[in-house]
Amino acid sequence: MNKQQLDHLDLLEAEAIHILREVAGQFDRPALLFSGGKDSITLVHLALKAFRPGRFPFPLVHIDTGHNFPEVIAFRDQLAAELGERLIVRKVEDSIQKHHLTDPKGKYPSRNPLQTYTLLDTIEEFEFNACIGGARRDEEKARAKERIFSHRDDFGQWNPKNQRPEMWNIYNGRIRKGENIRVFPISNWTELDIWHYIRREKIELPSIYYTHRRPCVELPGGQLLAVTPFITVEPTDTVVEAEVRFRTVGDATCTAAVRSTARSIDDIIQDIIETRISERGATRIDDLISEAGMEDRKVNGYF
Amino acid sequence: MDILRFITCGSVDDGKSTLIGRLLFDSSSVSSDILAAIERQSRNLPEGEMDLSLLTDGLRSEREQGITIDVAYKYFSTPRRKFIIADAPGHVQYTRNMVTGASNTDLAIILIDARNGVVEQTRRHSMIASLLGIPHVVVCINKMDLVNYSKQVFHDIVADFLELRKELHFKDLDFIPVSALAGDNVVRNSVYTPWYEGPPLLEYLETVAIASDRNLSDPRFQVQYVIRPKSDDLHDYRGYAGQVQSGIYRVGDAVTVFPAGLQSVITKIEVNRTEVSEAFAPQAAVMHLADDLDISRGNTIVRSDKLPQVTQDIEAILCITDATDFRAGSKFLLQHNSALVKCAIRDIAYKLDIETYERIQQPESVRLNDLIKVRLRTAEPLAFDTYRHNRRTGAFILVHENTGQTVAGGMIQEGIEVGMNGANRGMG
Repeated sequence: MNKQQLDHLDLLEAEAIHILREVAGQFDRPALLFSGGKDSITLVHLALKAFRPGRFPFPLVHIDTGHNFPEVIAFRDQLAAELGERLIVRKVEDSIQKHHLTDPKGKYPSRNPLQTYTLLDTIEEFEFNACIGGARRDEEKARAKERIFSHRDDFGQWNPKNQRPEMWNIYNGRIRKGENIRVFPISNWTELDIWHYIRREKIELPSIYYTHRRPCVELPGGQLLAVTPFITVEPTDTVVEAEVRFRTVGDATCTAAVRSTARSIDDIIQDIIETRISERGATRIDDLISEAGMEDRKVNGYF
Repeated sequence: MDILRFITCGSVDDGKSTLIGRLLFDSSSVSSDILAAIERQSRNLPEGEMDLSLLTDGLRSEREQGITIDVAYKYFSTPRRKFIIADAPGHVQYTRNMVTGASNTDLAIILIDARNGVVEQTRRHSMIASLLGIPHVVVCINKMDLVNYSKQVFHDIVADFLELRKELHFKDLDFIPVSALAGDNVVRNSVYTPWYEGPPLLEYLETVAIASDRNLSDPRFQVQYVIRPKSDDLHDYRGYAGQVQSGIYRVGDAVTVFPAGLQSVITKIEVNRTEVSEAFAPQAAVMHLADDLDISRGNTIVRSDKLPQVTQDIEAILCITDATDFRAGSKFLLQHNSALVKCAIRDIAYKLDIETYERIQQPESVRLNDLIKVRLRTAEPLAFDTYRHNRRTGAFILVHENTGQTVAGGMIQEGIEVGMNGANRGMG
């Protein structure tokens, strides 16, 4: 064994930094899509490694559904302030007004699909030509197919049947006006890689990733949905006060909590290893709609 | 723990999905909800059977047609290694997607159906693996259960493949008799093949040595982005950010910057925002030089005692990835990692038949998925190594200037004007 040895986290990190710098080198108007979740926080950490002591060559952009956990919003604002980087927030609420959209009804109204409108509006408003996102290929089978530099046409659409080939580590970001590229620097990371990296790099996360007591509605499938002003709780619903944490951070109406007593990152890693259910399966209520749920949303311009 | 990237090519019928499914199942990499989804969709199959292709085929049209169209990436790990599977299509019309999957991998699994032996598809996949310079190839002779685990059948196929190999270039080649369906020699050695003394596939993948595949002898670094904070306390800071493509750099190294041929010395190297004494492939680094030179994105900083070839005329094999006009005189953008230059095709020497390996001289037409040998002229000199010598610096893509499409992947075979190389080498 020679001393020029790198482990899997070093290799993934080097790949991600290379991709981030390709964005900075190829595009004049990039953006980093920031949700306040662990994956986008990891992206910010990687961007620090890619560009400090210089400033980020892109703003952070948050597409706010209005259904976020307050802890996450507070964390987002604090992080942007500490970094001294520009944060742009655009609200789904405003897209609903502007496009006369129907706010979803029902007990657990998810604004997730509506984010696409806000995202495309924001891209148009700032003329972003590259949007960096924290999607990972291990999350979902449509994502498993997507390129690292993923071309979108001028309607924001992904064409999964005719993707640009992506060979070696050469990323083709050439586009025509109106088109854009979605960039996924942590494509090759798994959920466990992210957690191992967060532990190694001592990255701070919003508190809701760790165990806390919270009143939740227990859904018929056994999933726990936090009681928030965004959902309707009826007398017949089962409300439990449980020790939970969030495995992913998204819209509070469709992101389920999991029972957990994990207080530290070590506990969380142990949790994930022992759990036999996938990240999105455990927590995303909206993916179950159909087998091709994610593919359809991406084709229409989703992240 | 390191990472092994490998590719499997083929269709459902070849047992590719079953093999991947077996590796994922037996390493506990399939979660319960995904299994449940597969079971839901396997309802029309006989009791107890599951359609494992559902694990790998991600697009609606792929599931409907039962074929793989584009590469899907799958992940699993054992205590020894993290694995990235590029699960690629096998049909000739998706060759470009196969090349996408193959370009980055350390190892190729070539599946052969024991009942059919070496067939056209085997020849095609082997050619891709050879051409793309995949260092390790393991041929899995599958469905051994259907030929009674016959040692003779296995050895005949091995002999046929070794015949094929004479026309190809593999650094490292091995053969494993398997039955993906029955699990023979996939995760555990099979009791039915006592004549096979090698490891099962998973153990092979866990232990194949890849550290020496990395080129640590030719220092190559291409500038992706120049970091200039322009703040009061850092107004002199000028860092060249990029990835070490190959080799090792140390503070104090004398370096030459191409294409201009400027000389300087490394004064500081940063990795992970920390000053280090050396940086090596494939680390992301920031380099600082003693002299204030005009260096921008796409420039290559190399160690002056290990110069690359620098020329405007190159010979390369192209894999055509878009239906566009390829002929002498066609102009494209050539993207060599972070360098972008205009180029023109001077002539097409031959077309390589991907199945017969024949060279068709002066081909009448060039189509999507063709492999052709060309001579190119670039608008500015390119600093490179041959692809055989260095996969990172010997590869490029051609981009259509108007549509932005990636129209070809290229592997450099030689620089042509030796005189110019000599001149540049002399400068170091």
